Amino acid sequence: MSSCPGILYCNCTYAQVLDPAAKAAVLRALCDSGQSFEAVADLCEMSARKDPALQRLTAGGDVKIVACHPRAVKWLFAAAGAPLDPARTEVVNLRDATPAAALERLAAADLRPNLPPGKALPADPAATSAEPHPSA
Amino acid sequence: MALRDQTHLRIVLYEGAEAQPLDADRRFQAISRLLAQGYALTRVGHGGRTAPADDVPALVLGQFGGAGPRLAAGAPADRVRFRHIAGLPEDEIAGAVEGERAEKKAAAHGTWKPWFPVIDYDRCTNCMQCLSFCLFGVYGADHEGHIQVQSQDNCKTNCPACSRVCPEAAIMFPKYKAGPINGDLVKDEDLQREKMKVDISALLGGDIYSMLRMRSERAQSRFSKERDSDKALNERQKCLVKLASAGDIPPEVLMSLPSPEEIQRRAAEAKAKAEAALAAQRS
Repeated sequence: MSSCPGILYCNCTYAQVLDPAAKAAVLRALCDSGQSFEAVADLCEMSARKDPALQRLTAGGDVKIVACHPRAVKWLFAAAGAPLDPARTEVVNLRDATPAAALERLAAADLRPNLPPGKALPADPAATSAEPHPSA
Repeated sequence: MALRDQTHLRIVLYEGAEAQPLDADRRFQAISRLLAQGYALTRVGHGGRTAPADDVPALVLGQFGGAGPRLAAGAPADRVRFRHIAGLPEDEIAGAVEGERAEKKAAAHGTWKPWFPVIDYDRCTNCMQCLSFCLFGVYGADHEGHIQVQSQDNCKTNCPACSRVCPEAAIMFPKYKAGPINGDLVKDEDLQREKMKVDISALLGGDIYSMLRMRSERAQSRFSKERDSDKALNERQKCLVKLASAGDIPPEVLMSLPSPEEIQRRAAEAKAKAEAALAAQRS
Protein backbone atom coordinates (compact mmCIF):
# COMPACT_ATOMS: atom_id res chain seq x y z
CA MET A 1 0.00 0.00 0.00
CA SER A 2 1.25 3.44 -0.84
CA SER A 3 2.07 5.78 1.99
CA CYS A 4 1.18 8.76 -0.19
CA PRO A 5 -1.96 10.65 0.80
CA GLY A 6 -5.11 9.41 -0.86
CA ILE A 7 -6.88 11.79 -3.21
CA LEU A 8 -10.57 12.59 -3.16
CA TYR A 9 -11.94 14.83 -5.90
CA CYS A 10 -15.38 16.45 -5.60
CA ASN A 11 -16.95 17.47 -8.89
CA CYS A 12 -19.59 19.74 -7.27
CA THR A 13 -21.88 18.45 -9.99
CA TYR A 14 -25.09 20.09 -8.83
CA ALA A 15 -23.93 23.70 -8.68
CA GLN A 16 -22.05 26.16 -10.81
CA VAL A 17 -19.91 27.56 -8.03
CA LEU A 18 -16.60 26.13 -9.21
CA ASP A 19 -15.06 27.13 -12.51
CA PRO A 20 -15.84 24.25 -14.92
CA ALA A 21 -12.51 24.74 -16.66
CA ALA A 22 -10.67 24.47 -13.35
CA LYS A 23 -12.56 21.32 -12.41
CA ALA A 24 -11.87 19.78 -15.81
CA ALA A 25 -8.19 20.66 -15.66
CA VAL A 26 -7.76 19.02 -12.28
CA LEU A 27 -9.76 15.93 -13.19
CA ARG A 28 -7.92 15.58 -16.49
CA ALA A 29 -4.58 15.73 -14.72
CA LEU A 30 -5.70 13.14 -12.19
CA CYS A 31 -6.88 10.86 -15.00
CA ASP A 32 -3.60 11.29 -16.85
CA SER A 33 -1.49 10.65 -13.78
CA GLY A 34 -2.05 6.93 -13.74
CA GLN A 35 -2.52 6.90 -9.98
CA SER A 36 -5.51 5.73 -8.03
CA PHE A 37 -7.99 8.24 -6.69
CA GLU A 38 -11.56 8.65 -5.53
CA ALA A 39 -13.95 10.95 -7.37
CA VAL A 40 -17.40 11.90 -6.18
CA ALA A 41 -20.11 13.81 -7.95
CA ASP A 42 -21.07 16.01 -5.05
CA LEU A 43 -20.00 15.87 -1.41
CA CYS A 44 -23.03 17.92 -0.38
CA GLU A 45 -25.41 15.32 -1.76
CA MET A 46 -23.47 12.50 -0.09
CA SER A 47 -23.54 14.34 3.23
CA ALA A 48 -27.29 14.86 3.03
CA ARG A 49 -27.75 11.17 2.29
CA LYS A 50 -25.30 10.18 5.03
CA ASP A 51 -23.72 8.07 2.32
CA PRO A 52 -21.59 5.33 3.89
CA ALA A 53 -18.98 6.04 1.24
CA LEU A 54 -17.97 9.08 3.28
CA GLN A 55 -16.81 6.75 6.03
CA ARG A 56 -14.65 4.68 3.73
CA LEU A 57 -13.32 7.72 1.87
CA THR A 58 -11.79 9.04 5.05
CA ALA A 59 -10.60 5.71 6.40
CA GLY A 60 -7.05 4.58 6.23
CA GLY A 61 -4.76 7.53 6.44
CA ASP A 62 -3.83 10.88 5.02
CA VAL A 63 -6.13 12.36 2.43
CA LYS A 64 -6.13 15.39 0.16
CA ILE A 65 -9.64 16.52 -0.69
CA VAL A 66 -10.17 18.65 -3.78
CA ALA A 67 -13.36 20.55 -3.05
CA CYS A 68 -14.31 23.94 -1.67
CA HIS A 69 -13.76 25.76 1.62
CA PRO A 70 -12.19 23.63 4.38
CA ARG A 71 -14.78 24.87 6.91
CA ALA A 72 -17.62 23.62 4.72
CA VAL A 73 -15.88 20.32 3.97
CA LYS A 74 -15.19 19.70 7.65
CA TRP A 75 -18.82 20.09 8.67
CA LEU A 76 -20.26 18.28 5.65
CA PHE A 77 -18.37 15.17 6.71
CA ALA A 78 -19.20 15.67 10.38
CA ALA A 79 -22.89 16.09 9.58
CA ALA A 80 -22.83 12.68 7.91
CA GLY A 81 -21.23 11.08 10.97
CA ALA A 82 -17.89 10.71 9.20
CA PRO A 83 -15.66 13.29 10.87
CA LEU A 84 -12.36 14.07 9.21
CA ASP A 85 -9.13 13.66 11.11
CA PRO A 86 -7.73 17.21 11.20
CA ALA A 87 -4.16 15.93 11.43
CA ARG A 88 -4.55 13.80 8.31
CA THR A 89 -6.63 15.99 6.02
CA GLU A 90 -5.68 18.70 3.58
CA VAL A 91 -8.42 20.43 1.63
CA VAL A 92 -7.43 21.85 -1.74
CA ASN A 93 -9.92 24.65 -2.16
CA LEU A 94 -10.95 25.04 -5.79
CA ARG A 95 -12.98 28.12 -4.87
CA ASP A 96 -9.69 29.92 -4.27
CA ALA A 97 -6.82 27.96 -5.80
CA THR A 98 -5.89 28.04 -9.47
CA PRO A 99 -5.79 24.64 -11.20
CA ALA A 100 -2.00 24.86 -11.31
CA ALA A 101 -1.79 25.53 -7.59
CA ALA A 102 -4.27 22.76 -6.87
CA LEU A 103 -2.32 20.28 -8.97
CA GLU A 104 0.91 21.29 -7.31
CA ARG A 105 -0.58 20.41 -3.93
CA LEU A 106 -1.93 17.11 -5.24
CA ALA A 107 1.44 16.15 -6.69
CA ALA A 108 3.32 17.02 -3.52
CA ALA A 109 4.19 14.08 -1.31
CA ASP A 110 3.69 16.07 1.88
CA LEU A 111 0.40 16.80 3.58
CA ARG A 112 -0.47 20.26 4.87
CA PRO A 113 -3.42 19.81 7.22
CA ASN A 114 -5.71 22.82 7.05
CA LEU A 115 -9.09 22.00 8.57
CA PRO A 116 -10.30 24.68 10.97
CA PRO A 117 -9.39 23.74 14.55
CA GLY A 118 -12.14 23.07 17.06
CA LYS A 119 -14.67 20.35 17.58
CA ALA A 120 -14.65 17.18 15.52
CA LEU A 121 -18.33 16.40 15.98
CA PRO A 122 -21.35 18.56 16.78
CA ALA A 123 -21.85 17.25 20.29
CA ASP A 124 -18.21 17.48 21.31
CA PRO A 125 -17.42 19.96 24.02
CA ALA A 126 -15.56 23.02 22.79
CA ALA A 127 -11.94 22.13 22.09
CA THR A 128 -10.57 24.66 24.55
CA SER A 129 -12.64 27.56 25.66
CA ALA A 130 -9.56 29.73 26.09
CA GLU A 131 -8.52 29.18 22.52
CA PRO A 132 -9.34 32.07 20.21
CA HIS A 133 -11.99 31.40 17.63
CA PRO A 134 -10.46 30.27 14.32
CA SER A 135 -11.86 33.30 12.57
CA ALA A 136 -10.53 35.76 15.13
CA MET B 1 -38.25 7.40 -0.07
CA ALA B 2 -36.27 9.45 2.45
CA LEU B 3 -32.82 10.56 1.37
CA ARG B 4 -31.10 8.56 4.05
CA ASP B 5 -33.00 5.32 3.57
CA GLN B 6 -31.67 4.63 0.12
CA THR B 7 -29.17 1.94 -0.75
CA HIS B 8 -25.85 2.66 -2.37
CA LEU B 9 -23.67 1.33 -5.14
CA ARG B 10 -19.91 1.65 -5.43
CA ILE B 11 -18.45 2.07 -8.89
CA VAL B 12 -14.83 1.07 -9.50
CA LEU B 13 -12.88 1.73 -12.67
CA TYR B 14 -10.18 -0.90 -12.46
CA GLU B 15 -6.99 -0.31 -14.45
CA GLY B 16 -4.58 -2.17 -12.21
CA ALA B 17 -2.78 -5.47 -12.70
CA GLU B 18 -4.23 -7.79 -15.35
CA ALA B 19 -6.37 -5.08 -16.87
CA GLN B 20 -5.71 -2.97 -19.93
CA PRO B 21 -5.74 0.74 -19.08
CA LEU B 22 -8.17 2.94 -20.96
CA ASP B 23 -6.58 5.54 -23.15
CA ALA B 24 -6.33 8.87 -21.38
CA ASP B 25 -9.05 10.67 -23.25
CA ARG B 26 -11.54 7.85 -22.95
CA ARG B 27 -10.81 7.53 -19.23
CA PHE B 28 -11.44 11.24 -18.72
CA GLN B 29 -14.63 11.18 -20.76
CA ALA B 30 -15.98 8.10 -18.97
CA ILE B 31 -15.23 9.45 -15.50
CA SER B 32 -16.61 12.89 -16.36
CA ARG B 33 -19.79 11.31 -17.67
CA LEU B 34 -20.34 9.23 -14.54
CA LEU B 35 -19.69 12.20 -12.26
CA ALA B 36 -22.13 14.30 -14.27
CA GLN B 37 -24.72 11.58 -13.69
CA GLY B 38 -24.16 11.79 -9.95
CA TYR B 39 -22.02 8.71 -9.34
CA ALA B 40 -19.01 8.41 -7.08
CA LEU B 41 -16.18 6.39 -8.50
CA THR B 42 -12.96 4.75 -7.42
CA ARG B 43 -10.27 4.78 -10.07
CA VAL B 44 -7.72 2.03 -9.45
CA GLY B 45 -4.48 2.70 -11.26
CA HIS B 46 -0.88 2.00 -10.45
CA GLY B 47 0.15 3.61 -7.21
CA GLY B 48 -1.82 5.86 -4.95
CA ARG B 49 -4.39 4.76 -2.44
CA THR B 50 -8.08 3.99 -2.65
CA ALA B 51 -10.76 3.67 -0.02
CA PRO B 52 -11.06 0.19 1.52
CA ALA B 53 -13.77 -2.29 0.57
CA ASP B 54 -16.94 -2.30 2.62
CA ASP B 55 -20.28 -4.07 2.44
CA VAL B 56 -21.77 -1.79 -0.21
CA PRO B 57 -22.48 -3.56 -3.53
CA ALA B 58 -19.85 -2.75 -6.15
CA LEU B 59 -19.71 -2.70 -9.91
CA VAL B 60 -16.16 -3.05 -11.24
CA LEU B 61 -15.57 -1.71 -14.73
CA GLY B 62 -12.46 -2.62 -16.65
CA GLN B 63 -10.82 -3.92 -19.77
CA PHE B 64 -10.03 -7.30 -18.32
CA GLY B 65 -7.61 -9.61 -20.05
CA GLY B 66 -7.00 -13.35 -20.09
CA ALA B 67 -9.40 -15.38 -18.02
CA GLY B 68 -11.11 -12.26 -16.76
CA PRO B 69 -11.18 -10.78 -13.29
CA ARG B 70 -11.06 -12.88 -10.17
CA LEU B 71 -12.17 -11.96 -6.70
CA ALA B 72 -9.68 -12.32 -3.89
CA ALA B 73 -10.30 -15.23 -1.54
CA GLY B 74 -12.97 -14.36 0.97
CA ALA B 75 -14.33 -11.44 -1.04
CA PRO B 76 -18.13 -11.29 -1.10
CA ALA B 77 -18.98 -12.59 -4.58
CA ASP B 78 -22.66 -11.76 -4.17
CA ARG B 79 -21.91 -8.07 -3.78
CA VAL B 80 -19.35 -7.56 -6.55
CA ARG B 81 -20.05 -7.57 -10.27
CA PHE B 82 -17.61 -7.09 -13.13
CA ARG B 83 -18.31 -5.41 -16.41
CA HIS B 84 -15.93 -5.70 -19.33
CA ILE B 85 -15.93 -2.30 -21.05
CA ALA B 86 -13.43 -2.78 -23.88
CA GLY B 87 -14.77 -1.02 -26.94
CA LEU B 88 -17.78 0.44 -25.16
CA PRO B 89 -18.36 4.14 -25.79
CA GLU B 90 -18.94 6.41 -22.78
CA ASP B 91 -22.69 6.44 -23.10
CA GLU B 92 -22.82 2.64 -23.03
CA ILE B 93 -20.56 2.57 -19.97
CA ALA B 94 -22.90 5.08 -18.33
CA GLY B 95 -25.86 2.97 -19.40
CA ALA B 96 -24.34 -0.15 -17.86
CA VAL B 97 -23.82 1.66 -14.58
CA GLU B 98 -27.34 3.05 -14.64
CA GLY B 99 -28.72 -0.44 -15.30
CA GLU B 100 -26.83 -1.83 -12.33
CA ARG B 101 -28.06 1.03 -10.14
CA ALA B 102 -31.65 0.36 -11.13
CA GLU B 103 -31.30 -3.37 -10.53
CA LYS B 104 -29.81 -2.80 -7.08
CA LYS B 105 -32.49 -0.18 -6.37
CA ALA B 106 -29.70 2.14 -5.32
CA ALA B 107 -30.19 5.86 -4.90
CA ALA B 108 -30.98 7.75 -8.08
CA HIS B 109 -29.01 10.94 -8.46
CA GLY B 110 -29.88 14.31 -9.88
CA THR B 111 -33.47 14.36 -8.69
CA TRP B 112 -32.72 16.85 -5.96
CA LYS B 113 -30.32 19.79 -5.89
CA PRO B 114 -28.38 19.35 -2.66
CA TRP B 115 -29.06 22.76 -1.19
CA PHE B 116 -29.35 22.74 2.58
CA PRO B 117 -27.77 24.34 5.65
CA VAL B 118 -24.62 22.95 7.22
CA ILE B 119 -23.95 23.99 10.80
CA ASP B 120 -20.48 25.05 11.90
CA TYR B 121 -20.55 23.75 15.46
CA ASP B 122 -17.36 25.62 16.27
CA ARG B 123 -19.48 28.78 16.05
CA CYS B 124 -22.98 27.58 16.91
CA THR B 125 -24.21 28.55 20.39
CA ASN B 126 -27.35 26.42 20.16
CA CYS B 127 -29.59 29.48 20.44
CA MET B 128 -32.29 27.81 18.32
CA GLN B 129 -33.02 30.93 16.28
CA CYS B 130 -32.68 28.89 13.08
CA LEU B 131 -35.14 26.31 14.36
CA SER B 132 -37.59 29.01 15.38
CA PHE B 133 -37.22 30.76 12.07
CA CYS B 134 -37.49 27.95 9.54
CA LEU B 135 -41.04 27.24 8.43
CA PHE B 136 -40.14 24.12 6.52
CA GLY B 137 -39.02 21.77 9.27
CA VAL B 138 -35.40 21.58 8.14
CA TYR B 139 -34.08 21.89 11.69
CA GLY B 140 -34.69 19.80 14.77
CA ALA B 141 -32.93 18.95 17.98
CA ASP B 142 -31.36 15.71 19.14
CA HIS B 143 -32.40 14.04 22.40
CA GLU B 144 -30.00 16.25 24.32
CA GLY B 145 -31.38 19.43 22.83
CA HIS B 146 -28.61 20.12 20.34
CA ILE B 147 -29.64 21.79 17.12
CA GLN B 148 -29.41 19.58 14.03
CA VAL B 149 -30.22 19.77 10.36
CA GLN B 150 -32.67 16.89 10.14
CA SER B 151 -34.57 17.22 6.87
CA GLN B 152 -32.19 18.58 4.27
CA ASP B 153 -34.57 17.91 1.43
CA ASN B 154 -37.20 20.19 2.98
CA CYS B 155 -34.92 23.17 2.40
CA LYS B 156 -35.94 25.66 -0.29
CA THR B 157 -33.38 25.69 -3.09
CA ASN B 158 -31.21 28.82 -3.18
CA CYS B 159 -32.75 30.27 -0.03
CA PRO B 160 -30.10 31.19 2.56
CA ALA B 161 -32.53 33.03 4.87
CA CYS B 162 -31.78 31.04 8.02
CA SER B 163 -28.08 31.86 7.68
CA ARG B 164 -29.06 35.53 7.87
CA VAL B 165 -30.80 35.11 11.20
CA CYS B 166 -27.89 33.24 12.78
CA PRO B 167 -26.17 35.71 15.12
CA GLU B 168 -22.89 33.78 14.92
CA ALA B 169 -22.68 33.20 11.15
CA ALA B 170 -22.63 29.50 11.97
CA ILE B 171 -24.92 28.40 9.15
CA MET B 172 -23.29 27.61 5.82
CA PHE B 173 -24.70 26.81 2.44
CA PRO B 174 -21.66 25.39 0.63
CA LYS B 175 -23.18 26.11 -2.77
CA TYR B 176 -23.89 29.75 -1.98
CA LYS B 177 -22.10 32.30 -4.14
CA ALA B 178 -20.25 34.25 -1.47
CA GLY B 179 -18.54 33.97 1.86
CA PRO B 180 -18.88 33.45 4.69
CA ILE B 181 -22.19 31.71 3.96
CA ASN B 182 -20.41 29.44 1.46
CA GLY B 183 -18.02 28.24 4.17
CA ASP B 184 -15.28 30.78 3.70
CA LEU B 185 -13.75 31.94 6.98
CA VAL B 186 -15.84 34.34 9.01
CA LYS B 187 -14.06 37.61 9.52
CA ASP B 188 -14.88 40.18 12.15
CA GLU B 189 -16.01 42.57 9.48
CA ASP B 190 -18.46 39.95 8.22
CA LEU B 191 -20.18 39.97 11.55
CA GLN B 192 -20.23 43.74 11.58
CA ARG B 193 -21.44 44.07 8.06
CA GLU B 194 -25.08 44.89 7.89
CA LYS B 195 -25.91 42.13 5.44
CA MET B 196 -24.58 39.53 7.84
CA LYS B 197 -26.43 41.10 10.72
CA VAL B 198 -29.74 41.23 8.98
CA ASP B 199 -32.10 41.23 11.84
CA ILE B 200 -35.28 40.03 10.30
CA SER B 201 -37.19 41.62 13.14
CA ALA B 202 -35.80 45.01 12.24
CA LEU B 203 -36.72 44.51 8.63
CA LEU B 204 -40.36 44.26 9.36
CA GLY B 205 -40.57 45.86 12.75
CA GLY B 206 -41.01 42.56 14.56
CA ASP B 207 -40.72 38.84 14.13
CA ILE B 208 -41.14 38.13 10.45
CA TYR B 209 -43.87 35.58 10.79
CA SER B 210 -45.80 37.37 13.45
CA MET B 211 -45.44 40.47 11.33
CA LEU B 212 -46.87 38.66 8.36
CA ARG B 213 -49.64 37.43 10.59
CA MET B 214 -50.37 40.91 11.94
CA ARG B 215 -50.44 42.33 8.47
CA SER B 216 -52.77 39.56 7.49
CA GLU B 217 -55.00 40.30 10.46
CA ARG B 218 -54.99 43.98 9.65
CA ALA B 219 -55.79 43.10 6.09
CA GLN B 220 -58.60 40.80 7.22
CA SER B 221 -59.98 43.59 9.33
CA ARG B 222 -59.93 45.80 6.31
CA PHE B 223 -61.66 43.10 4.26
CA SER B 224 -64.63 43.29 6.53
CA LYS B 225 -64.73 47.04 6.17
CA GLU B 226 -63.59 47.52 2.65
CA ARG B 227 -63.89 44.06 1.12
CA ASP B 228 -60.72 44.91 -0.72
CA SER B 229 -58.79 41.67 -1.06
CA ASP B 230 -56.39 43.21 -3.55
CA LYS B 231 -55.18 45.63 -0.92
CA ALA B 232 -54.35 42.81 1.47
CA LEU B 233 -52.51 40.92 -1.21
CA ASN B 234 -50.55 44.00 -2.15
CA GLU B 235 -49.66 44.52 1.47
CA ARG B 236 -48.28 41.01 1.79
CA GLN B 237 -46.38 41.24 -1.44
CA LYS B 238 -44.80 44.53 -0.41
CA CYS B 239 -43.70 42.94 2.79
CA LEU B 240 -42.20 39.96 1.00
CA VAL B 241 -40.38 42.04 -1.57
CA LYS B 242 -38.73 43.98 1.24
CA LEU B 243 -37.60 40.76 2.83
CA ALA B 244 -36.45 39.27 -0.45
CA SER B 245 -34.19 42.17 -1.30
CA ALA B 246 -32.65 42.34 2.16
CA GLY B 247 -32.25 38.65 2.72
CA ASP B 248 -31.32 37.44 -0.76
CA ILE B 249 -34.32 35.15 -0.77
CA PRO B 250 -35.48 33.92 -4.17
CA PRO B 251 -38.90 35.35 -5.06
CA GLU B 252 -40.19 31.88 -5.86
CA VAL B 253 -39.52 30.83 -2.28
CA LEU B 254 -41.42 33.78 -0.91
CA MET B 255 -44.27 33.31 -3.30
CA SER B 256 -44.54 29.68 -2.25
CA LEU B 257 -45.03 30.59 1.40
CA PRO B 258 -48.26 29.17 2.72
CA SER B 259 -51.23 31.20 3.84
CA PRO B 260 -50.80 33.52 6.83
CA GLU B 261 -52.80 31.07 8.95
CA GLU B 262 -50.54 28.20 7.97
CA ILE B 263 -47.48 30.38 8.56
CA GLN B 264 -48.81 31.11 12.01
CA ARG B 265 -49.35 27.44 12.74
CA ARG B 266 -45.91 26.42 11.52
CA ALA B 267 -44.20 29.30 13.28
CA ALA B 268 -45.86 28.30 16.55
CA GLU B 269 -44.81 24.70 15.99
CA ALA B 270 -41.20 25.70 15.28
CA LYS B 271 -41.14 27.97 18.31
CA ALA B 272 -42.44 25.17 20.51
CA LYS B 273 -39.74 22.82 19.19
CA ALA B 274 -37.08 25.41 19.90
CA GLU B 275 -38.37 26.04 23.40
CA ALA B 276 -38.51 22.32 24.12
CA ALA B 277 -34.93 21.93 22.90
CA LEU B 278 -33.73 24.83 25.04
CA ALA B 279 -35.55 23.34 28.03
CA ALA B 280 -33.88 19.98 27.37
CA GLN B 281 -30.50 21.70 27.40
CA ARG B 282 -31.20 23.31 30.74
CA SER B 283 -32.43 20.13 32.43
